[in-house]
Amino acid sequence: MIVTDKKPGHEVIGALANYKKVFVIGCGSCATVSRTGGEDECKAWIDILQSNGKEPAGYFIPDETCHVFLLKSMIRQSQEASPADAFLVLACGAGIQAVSAASDKPVIAGLNSMFLGTTYRTGEFLKYCSLCGSCVLSNTAGICPVTRCPKGLLNGPCGGMVNGMCEVDRDAECVWVTIYEKLKSQNNQKKLVSMNKPRTYNKLKHQKVEPIKLSGKPSVKGL
Amino acid sequence: MSYLSDALENKQFVVTAELSPRKGTQVANFTKTINVLKGRVHAINITDNQRAVMRMSSLVASYLVLKEGVEPIYQITCRDRNRLAIQSDLLGASVLGIQNVLALTGDHPSAGDFPEAKPVFDLDATTLLHTITKLNSGFDLNDHPMKGATDFFAGAALTPQTTPLEPVLMAIERKINAGARFFQTQPVFNVDAFSLFMSKTSHFKVPVIAGILLLHSSEQAMNLNKYVPGIDIPDAMIKRLEASASPKQEGIEIAVELIGKLKGLAGGIHIMTVGQEKDIISIIERI
Repeated sequence: MIVTDKKPGHEVIGALANYKKVFVIGCGSCATVSRTGGEDECKAWIDILQSNGKEPAGYFIPDETCHVFLLKSMIRQSQEASPADAFLVLACGAGIQAVSAASDKPVIAGLNSMFLGTTYRTGEFLKYCSLCGSCVLSNTAGICPVTRCPKGLLNGPCGGMVNGMCEVDRDAECVWVTIYEKLKSQNNQKKLVSMNKPRTYNKLKHQKVEPIKLSGKPSVKGL
Repeated sequence: MSYLSDALENKQFVVTAELSPRKGTQVANFTKTINVLKGRVHAINITDNQRAVMRMSSLVASYLVLKEGVEPIYQITCRDRNRLAIQSDLLGASVLGIQNVLALTGDHPSAGDFPEAKPVFDLDATTLLHTITKLNSGFDLNDHPMKGATDFFAGAALTPQTTPLEPVLMAIERKINAGARFFQTQPVFNVDAFSLFMSKTSHFKVPVIAGILLLHSSEQAMNLNKYVPGIDIPDAMIKRLEASASPKQEGIEIAVELIGKLKGLAGGIHIMTVGQEKDIISIIERI
């Protein structure tokens, strides 16, 4: 679940300065659950556009906005979308870029993409994963220090831990203490003595412009 | 071998002091302080953008210390540089003749004067020590051979008064395995707690230099308790500073008393001040 946050209205209106007719694209998946790009938010933006002197051209909400082929066909078929000067997209970065890839029209982002969230209960998300591409969870009791330590440390705790709390946020537990406690409950705490090697950022193949095809089977290459 | 490593090996009671480079290019006062400390300390620690506040480079300031004839302990944090920059600075430091390095993770940028800066932390204290060990063996972090190895005496920091202690002890063991050959601690104010800590770490057989932070007022002590991670100044000490007609002098007395008690416990002391470097000498004279 990609958690998104609404951009400040004035920032979005500012980005739309040169466009009159604006078509709104929401997202039926994560942004609907995040309450940032569902039916209610799309309708609210139609009103905001109107009250800011724009001509709202309409809106639609794809099931998944992060799907280029789906977006291409929806944009092609939409009578309201075709006269628009620009698209205002209420979706995550993957969704906004899918719209950009599916159309030649200018694309304006209505949301900030925050993180890959774990749903605690409806409407409440935990920032647990940052999709870093080199998962260390097997060594850290299934608790991610890359995401949950403000320094992203692979070897903690750091000297800033005081009484189990984090140096950056005194109200938050140091994630390395959380990891230690979980490992201890599994009688595995000695793991903390071994050093985790520095992360690799060498993931260039994932930055290719062409789509990456995932095989159906889990890859065992390199094992 | 550095003077510091010889002294620690020969079980001398080591005295180090901490200097922070200034924000700006004027170094006259900095050089003056180095000369006041010359011959009275084993080495001078040079902080690296301490508390995430931007100042002159610790590498250059360490070289200034060396040029004045004093041994620097070049502090490197992982906050501002990635593994390429850190390794390249280390090679440069070695060529300049800097031998002692203190490997630190570093405070988060949110503590300093550029809170919006990108926190790097490509390495951490442990992997930095591991990197230094590699460079000392003639290879870089990715095992590429180098023309000429470094010969660093690497140390690390530790916080003796922390709970829970067990993960901290494990981090110490991990740092020793990665190449830490001495430790300098955060300020010690509670000798009993420090003594207990030392009894739990004596089997590591790595010298521990205990931190002494010079206090100069009760307000300062309360602020340190509030804002600096890992500092816990007992109320009795704060009351002493409050009651004294000369809190600055009282601060020196507290430091001298602490040092007296730490003599049998630690491998040495590391004196820190907050902008009162000239007072370091009043403490050293009474050790």
